[in-house]
Amino acid sequence: MKVLLGVGGSDHSRRALKETIERVQETGDDLTVAIFSSEEVEATLTDVESDVRAVLEDANVEATVRRITSHPGGELVQLADEEGFDRLVIGGGTRSPLGKIQLGSIAEFVVLNAETPVTLIR
Amino acid sequence: MSEDRSYPAEVSGPFPTPPHDFVDDEGRDIVVRIANDDREDLVAMYEDFDPQDRAQGIPPVGERSIRRWLDRVFEDDCLNVIAWHGEDAVGHSMLVPDDEDAYELAIFVLGSHQSAGIGTELLGTLLGHGKDRGIDRVWLTVERWNEPAIGLYQKVGFEIRNTESFELEMAIRIADRE
Repeated sequence: MKVLLGVGGSDHSRRALKETIERVQETGDDLTVAIFSSEEVEATLTDVESDVRAVLEDANVEATVRRITSHPGGELVQLADEEGFDRLVIGGGTRSPLGKIQLGSIAEFVVLNAETPVTLIR
Repeated sequence: MSEDRSYPAEVSGPFPTPPHDFVDDEGRDIVVRIANDDREDLVAMYEDFDPQDRAQGIPPVGERSIRRWLDRVFEDDCLNVIAWHGEDAVGHSMLVPDDEDAYELAIFVLGSHQSAGIGTELLGTLLGHGKDRGIDRVWLTVERWNEPAIGLYQKVGFEIRNTESFELEMAIRIADRE
């Protein structure tokens, strides 16, 4: 299976990365990681990329790493739909003070707009 | 998310304060009280809760998760009121502080006791209780399709805030800022 994972440097992105890597280790899926910087996180694109590469290396998992620069949600959807990915994976969902789950804008855009099946890890 | 200008300028109210008793639209005697050590009654209520009445992941499913969530909303800086029908907890509403001196609100009424006016009284009593404790601004989120809930919130004075996310955000001012 050809899997596209979007990683933006937030905590839930990091969890999505970890879980996807564990899955790839079992299945041998063909993984592409698309990195972007999101407004809620201070990390630069370079920070996110080096973090992702380090995690991949630790896990001994091969993956293509690509950068997304303009509209993360839109580009993720376009990449997944146009390049024949079987699944698009993203992290998302923070908790309000009293525990309600709230989807971030990128996660929401992807869930609503992708033709490719989406896995939301929260 | 909760800048001051996004709250209504006008102060809503007056609201009842707990204990507040009333007869609901079905003729049942209901009383709203400040929650004390009623955790077991709430666990029982939430275990009876219809999955379709959950909102954005709360109340969680399963006793252990319900208890963990209740621990959070019963922390010292939170306010909780319960609607009682006889010995049974049939509604629960809470205020949990955010990091900007305002409070997030949620309310749950058991399916068997919905559409009888209990929500309005429970919500009002929580706001009255909150005002007594010095709270001035309250907000909540609600699913866009949940028209009965949105109507209930508007009835007590909540206004819809401009938001582009999945959920609708609503806010109310219950006291002038000191």
